[in-house]
Amino acid sequence: MEFAELIKTPRADNAVLHGPRCPAVRGTLCLTGHHLIFSSRRKEGGEELWLLHANIDCVEKRFVGSLGTIVIKCKDLRIIQLDIPGMEECLNIASSIEALSTLDSITLMYPFFYRPMFEVVEDGWRSYLPEQEFELLSSVTDEWRLSCANKDFSVCPTYPPVVIIPKCIDDEALRKVAVFRYGGRFPVLSYYHKKNGMVMMRSSQPLTGTNGRRCKEDEKLINATLRPGKRGYIIDTRSLNVAQQARAKGGGFEQEVYYPQWRRIHKCIERFNILQESLIKLVEACNDQSHNMDRWLSKLEASNWLTHIKEILTAACLAAQCIDREGASVLVHGSDGTDSTLQVTSLAQIILDPRCRTIRGFEALVVREWLQAGHPFQLRCAQSAYSNTKQKWEAPVFLLFLDCVWQILRQFPCSFEFNEQFLIMLFEHAYASQFGTFLGNNENERSKLKLTQKTMSLWSWVNRSEELARFKNPLFEANSLVIWPSVAPQSLQLWEGVFLRWNRPSKFLDEAQEEVLNIINYNRELQAKVNALRRQLAELETDDRMQENLCGTTPTFCHILIGFPKRQCPINCHFQFASVLLPAEGQRN
Amino acid sequence: MEHIRMPKVENVRLLDRVSSRKAALGTLYLTATHVIFVENASETRKETWVLHSQISSIEKQATTATGCPLLIRCKNFQVIQLIIPQERDCHDVYISLIRLARPVKYEELYCFSFNPKLDKEEREQGWKFVDLNEEYNRMGIPNDYWQISDVNRDYGVCDSYPTEVYVPKSATAHIIVGSSKFRSRRRFPALSYYCKDNNASICRSSQPLSGFSARCLEDEQMLQAIRKANPGSDFLYVVDTRPKLNAMANRAAGKGYENEDNYSNIKFQFIGIENIHVMRNSLQKMLEVCELKSPSMSDFLWGLENSGWLKHIKAIMDAGIFIAKAVAEEGVSVLVHCSDGWDRTAQVCSVASLLLDPYYRTMKGFMVLIEKDWISFGHKFNHRYGNLDGDPKEISPVIDQFIECVWQLMEQFPCAFEFNERFLIHIQHHIYSCQFGNFLCNSQKERRELKIQERTYSLWAHLWKNRADYLNPLYRSNHSQTQRTLYPQMTPCNFLYKFWSGMYNRFEKGLHPRQSVTDYLMAVKEETQQLEEELEVLGERLANLQKMQLNGNKIQSKQQDRGKQLGLSASTNSLANTPQEYGSDLKSFPSRSPSQGDEDSALILTQDNLKSSDPDLSANSDQESGVEDLSCRSPSGGGCLPSEDSGKDSDEAVCLAV
Repeated sequence: MEFAELIKTPRADNAVLHGPRCPAVRGTLCLTGHHLIFSSRRKEGGEELWLLHANIDCVEKRFVGSLGTIVIKCKDLRIIQLDIPGMEECLNIASSIEALSTLDSITLMYPFFYRPMFEVVEDGWRSYLPEQEFELLSSVTDEWRLSCANKDFSVCPTYPPVVIIPKCIDDEALRKVAVFRYGGRFPVLSYYHKKNGMVMMRSSQPLTGTNGRRCKEDEKLINATLRPGKRGYIIDTRSLNVAQQARAKGGGFEQEVYYPQWRRIHKCIERFNILQESLIKLVEACNDQSHNMDRWLSKLEASNWLTHIKEILTAACLAAQCIDREGASVLVHGSDGTDSTLQVTSLAQIILDPRCRTIRGFEALVVREWLQAGHPFQLRCAQSAYSNTKQKWEAPVFLLFLDCVWQILRQFPCSFEFNEQFLIMLFEHAYASQFGTFLGNNENERSKLKLTQKTMSLWSWVNRSEELARFKNPLFEANSLVIWPSVAPQSLQLWEGVFLRWNRPSKFLDEAQEEVLNIINYNRELQAKVNALRRQLAELETDDRMQENLCGTTPTFCHILIGFPKRQCPINCHFQFASVLLPAEGQRN
Repeated sequence: MEHIRMPKVENVRLLDRVSSRKAALGTLYLTATHVIFVENASETRKETWVLHSQISSIEKQATTATGCPLLIRCKNFQVIQLIIPQERDCHDVYISLIRLARPVKYEELYCFSFNPKLDKEEREQGWKFVDLNEEYNRMGIPNDYWQISDVNRDYGVCDSYPTEVYVPKSATAHIIVGSSKFRSRRRFPALSYYCKDNNASICRSSQPLSGFSARCLEDEQMLQAIRKANPGSDFLYVVDTRPKLNAMANRAAGKGYENEDNYSNIKFQFIGIENIHVMRNSLQKMLEVCELKSPSMSDFLWGLENSGWLKHIKAIMDAGIFIAKAVAEEGVSVLVHCSDGWDRTAQVCSVASLLLDPYYRTMKGFMVLIEKDWISFGHKFNHRYGNLDGDPKEISPVIDQFIECVWQLMEQFPCAFEFNERFLIHIQHHIYSCQFGNFLCNSQKERRELKIQERTYSLWAHLWKNRADYLNPLYRSNHSQTQRTLYPQMTPCNFLYKFWSGMYNRFEKGLHPRQSVTDYLMAVKEETQQLEEELEVLGERLANLQKMQLNGNKIQSKQQDRGKQLGLSASTNSLANTPQEYGSDLKSFPSRSPSQGDEDSALILTQDNLKSSDPDLSANSDQESGVEDLSCRSPSGGGCLPSEDSGKDSDEAVCLAV
């Protein structure tokens, strides 16, 4: 096995581990092909650390005498320190970790070796297929079709084999449109708003170049989404300036003359190294606890992280507003259509579509709008905030998206089926995982890697009831409304659960969460008891009535039964009640 | 009334601070106590009430084509922007308000006309609700070391102290009087908090008149007496909460700080909390940031930092933590002072008490704490909060800072406090409202002279009556966070201190979380309680039924309860939800058909965080939604909104909804 060659010293005794927020522990360090394992000697504590090499962002070593210290900085932003006696051992271990955490070949990654310790009930690879999405869509509209033009990834290498496009566009036209769009990313359906039949599409920039090329098929395709006499919005995630500069490189934007029914709005969402720099600065500020209050705020400000959050959320809200409030269809693109575009389309759906606020709905969203849509996870999440090798394709695009979701969750704490932990889990797995879900940059690469056969899907694990229990928001009650978040600076906060996770005390906050759970669970328990008693009573009374024909008291009793909905969560009935005031969805069209 | 030049102006527009495009047309009324704006929109007739005593500034801006803008800033951080069509009317309103907002005698204040329809006995009971002697008894005093002293009866020694002060047993009247002569404004060291577990205490005073070399035997004896009242410890901390530079400057004026050489066994410590002028400016700067129209993230963070506000909050917290640690961990007594010992000293002593003693984290305990460290020890409420027209340089958000410290602690210890954020906000509101007599005047002496207790009502009884609104659902008296001392993160963790938008942007509902976890959990808990009762009734019924007996009446009454529950929660959990301005002008497109607009408004229910049975406050919370989009309110659903039934029987409103 080639890993053995990389592991110069597989084991070090008498090492000391300094983890975040816990006292130093003495124990044994072991290196395996994919894990760094540290186990303390103390049996009773059973303290064991299993760290995926893939999670390691950077390794630093320093020496005091013959005592070596390795500082390991992880992609999940944790920092641990290992004191290892013996200079040679320490050097060996450090270089082994370095080598193992920077393996070139994807097929050497842990997901290809991982064997699940749980019974696989659901094959996550088959949980969210485009065909299923289309089926849902067909039940409300027949204006769209599933195209297999890209089945061999020849039309667009970063798109999935099947995509949803307007019915009136044939595959031939589609190929022409693909040539007109950067990377072949022609406009496809991203979201259909059932309430008013408006849609959101996404694509990459049109290749208009400096001489203003046009493509009739492209115009036809996007016009096909407009109702007669209606106009639509194109949300370009770049500033006008950037979009104009793109023309010099063959890119560009839709010109009014050729797209008279569309109004273009430019938003400025940053990309690539600007985002990575922002993450690095933010994490630096969070880890530096020596500065005073003023410097903390100025460092937070200087990182610009929250500015990016505000920009992305604003663009997403705008897209949602166009669809829901203006009753217009929307096309979203930036330059590549693989980053800021996806942030906007996926967040807009969270705002608009209650389904995306459920666990399965959110997973489907991640699969549809990120994985199948070709967000290059492998490239973007190769390194995190501590890495010294700064590559320009690394960027916390997905983390920013999750952060935005957290911001909305914080503003609507009862409208999401999942909790903060769920989002943190997705962040961790996007950067390092035993599952194959986030490997590769697009469906094309994933199919070549045969991930579905060779690795386990994250969803197979997450969707088990044992795991789901950890990720459920006890306050959730289905909310069928569109939720409009505030994007004012006062409303946006640092995501402490990720950025201060390892350096703030969480005991009291955890206790609060526990308390919330207790309150809700006790309520449900009582609800169940009351329901059971009521059923028992009803049965007895029916018997009673049959026997004695006591009609006088029965009506009262029936009344009560109606008064109590059967739902488990009693609060749901409030929304039932609330919905009486609201026009039903169907009536709105 | 003679000050009202213009009792009513029609066709006034109330601007929405967040979205300038939205404005409500209505009529402005000036009454003896309130400014009232009533919207014209027929189905809502939304009312915005502002107490004159809440007005901190009125600004008349340059007349525009649409009219004359009038900007009213309130002490509870509400900002009201009116546009009055006629310049002359605007001027009259302006002149009237200038006078009304600055009463010259106490009798003009609202509390002397406010009548909650309680009889004399109820009012007296209300004033007895918080009893400081009872509180010192709770601490275990008097005991072998501490006693009550009548040295200040008739305010003979110190006119800003209460008549009843607690001092070490060994401190004779001679020592106290001698010491008082050596302290600014004769505010001698007196007991603020006593920890009966280890005899350590927190005492408070003003600065000594030490100048460069003066000393006072009695004062030295006084400190020694305090130290000896804690036999377990061989020294005493003297904490000067001022920055060292300020304290040194005071020496030139014959004041200053204790010389360690002159006092036996003291450890002297400076903790740099800035003075009231710095704090006033800091708040001003922060409020400017809050008022920015669609600020960028950088504008906001930079402005927040530049205001220094959170740095000051942290300084106060650090001081409180230092003292709490000294008392709880080291078992050492502490004497705290600043200059006069009525601002920073009050802040720091009360923060320390709050950390040390879980009692102060209960609703009643918190009232007692404010009564003890602020009201009785002569915090100058009138000067600091500008109740009467006075020197603007005396105004400073001293107690606001303390209230924020409590909120910061609540954020860090979510289960430790019996009360919720709304409780703090309402207390802040009433410190400025002058609706109740508690916070009037500058000292106990003044309040007694004015016969406050005979002529006004007590806020504490009022809050207690409505305590259900102020409960923290996560609080459990047997939870570990509610026991003993709270230890906030001691290492400098600046990120723990956050901007409190619930207070400073309180009236911009759109900025806050749209669903309140507190209200949700309270509704669940309320329902749980009903389920418990239900379970009992059902159990009985089952037992009865098994005996072949039916009892229908009980069930019927239960069902009504249930209906009540439905209505209440539907309103607390509904969403006030409209898109905000997301930066792009969508106007150029033809707008939607009016019918669609109606549907939209029906879709949204207004949330009201400040659900309260407090008549005046909820009149104010009404205006909050007034600043919001009022058309959001469903005509059929209006009845179930708690803010609408200000002061009315809430059950009645609920029935409407069901």
